[in-house]
Amino acid sequence: MSETAPPLRLLYFAWLRERVGVSEETLALPEGVATVGDLTAWLRARGPGYAAAFASPVVRCAVNQDFATAEAPVAPGDEVAFFPPVTGG
Amino acid sequence: MAATVRVQTAPFDIAAELAALSAGRTDIGGIGCFVGNVRDSAGGRAIAAMTLEHYPGMTERALAAIAAEAEQRWALLGITLIHRVGRLLPGEAIVLVLAASAHRQAALDATAFLIDWLKTRAPFWKKETFADGGEDWVTAKDTDDAAAARW
Repeated sequence: MSETAPPLRLLYFAWLRERVGVSEETLALPEGVATVGDLTAWLRARGPGYAAAFASPVVRCAVNQDFATAEAPVAPGDEVAFFPPVTGG
Repeated sequence: MAATVRVQTAPFDIAAELAALSAGRTDIGGIGCFVGNVRDSAGGRAIAAMTLEHYPGMTERALAAIAAEAEQRWALLGITLIHRVGRLLPGEAIVLVLAASAHRQAALDATAFLIDWLKTRAPFWKKETFADGGEDWVTAKDTDDAAAARW
């Protein structure tokens, strides 16, 4: 990837935010990461907080503010959010 | 028809929202209304407060999409969706759904649809603070998925 490629913006909500320890971060798209599933696997290996956050099978994702599955593509400049199943209302 | 969609920390005034929805209109025959409140207990544990978090940007988009879906399904003359965030106490209102139509069935059905879909598709998360000092994120319920799936 080119060094001038825009970074990924990652957002974490609710207990994912608490486990990861930050609400938001930016990073260059990691080598070999092409989908949400790839990104989740990469993040899980990043440290104990991330491992705890992404250990749960219920983690949901949105790419550019639309709900996304593990197969959804991720590209430089995307806003990718991770959160638990929603509990509003 | 433009739906009114708001996410706010401040309380909402139900009478003012009803008046705004029907202001200057004589074609509305009925308005369905749902108000969700903070309960004082969960699973037998007393609740001291509820804290709601959302995803600014996506939440408003999701609410607008849910309103647009309701407009596709029923002949509606107006929709109001207001959801509060931040720290709320038992008895406080969290969410307001209004759906206006020429006739009651569309208004009532659309109101039920809107709250059912909101609960399963709009990015909000609730954390309960218990009277004993403990805290827990609310877990999504299968019964909410079932309620949303009936539409």
